[in-house]
Amino acid sequence: MSARILDRLREQFGEAVRATFSNHGDECAIVDPARIVEVCAFLRDDPELKMAMLVDLCVVDTLGLDRREGGRFEVVYHLRSMASGRRVRIKALVDEGPSGANPEIDSVVPVWRGANWFEREAWDMYGIKFRNHPDLRRILMYEEFVGHPLRKDYPKEKRQPLVRRDFS
Amino acid sequence: MALEFYSTKLADALNWARKYSLFQYPFVTACCGMEFMALAAPKYDVARFGAEFPRFSPRQADLLIVVGTITEKQGPILQRIWEQMCEPKWVMAFGVCASTGGFYQNYSAMPGCDQVIPVDVYIPGCPPRPEQVLDGLMLLQEKIQDRTGWAQRRQLREHEAVVKAKKGHLPVVG
Ligand code: SF4
Repeated sequence: MSARILDRLREQFGEAVRATFSNHGDECAIVDPARIVEVCAFLRDDPELKMAMLVDLCVVDTLGLDRREGGRFEVVYHLRSMASGRRVRIKALVDEGPSGANPEIDSVVPVWRGANWFEREAWDMYGIKFRNHPDLRRILMYEEFVGHPLRKDYPKEKRQPLVRRDFS
Repeated sequence: MALEFYSTKLADALNWARKYSLFQYPFVTACCGMEFMALAAPKYDVARFGAEFPRFSPRQADLLIVVGTITEKQGPILQRIWEQMCEPKWVMAFGVCASTGGFYQNYSAMPGCDQVIPVDVYIPGCPPRPEQVLDGLMLLQEKIQDRTGWAQRRQLREHEAVVKAKKGHLPVVG
């Protein structure tokens, strides 16, 4: 049954599904980032799958790892079906533009409104630009902060103080 | 001479009253808050030291207790709260996070709240045991009586400057 999810995806999207894994009931598909909204809408609405719940949206920075073909950042969507209780993980690999421009991917807020803050967090921490996001601002760090702190090339002890005072 | 004697004694009496009636403002941000609750609850009973009354307005408090991790984003907030407190005021850093940043060495945590406000007593521990905090409180009481708190020292400095400029005498209260 569980392999059905990945089969359905492959049937529907063919080449756009670049790879699939299935280990110990842990389903994962790597899809074409250009079609992420379509894939998500299909998973949500398909009467057989009904992956209606976006559990989490996170990012992995693979800088320094050797599995980098296809992009430096993995945007990971964790989905769950409320009907069957099954889960699936969708990954989209995105890369920085020329001269280090922020990577871009379409926002899935039109599919799940709950993706709004997840995507803001991903923008804040990793600098992934979500196209069509209604309000892509930082969510945790302050506006004055420069850079994206969870990127592997952010110096790990670099602080950006807002105030300092000397009381000696 | 008589006036000087009188005003020093008055200051002593005032500081004696102050040290046994501290109104605290707990700035609680993280896990140390649990230990702060234990401290305030009957078992350790900070009321025995006259500091039982948490005021949740800085304008009514004279002891700011910084309990927990301070992030860079909170820096301006903490500073404003300290500025809103009336003189004389004291600050206690509760736990290693508030004292030095503790084990957080990253982009978001401030390396100790003394980067933005003056701290009179540092209490180490992650979190400190309530006994440690009571010990720190007694240390602070000594400082208040000796007039060695940061705000008191500043007051004394300013007072001396006034005296020098006017070449006269003003009673020292505080
Ligand atoms: S000192 Fe320890 S217990 Fe206290 S806020 Fe920091 S991490 Fe939490």
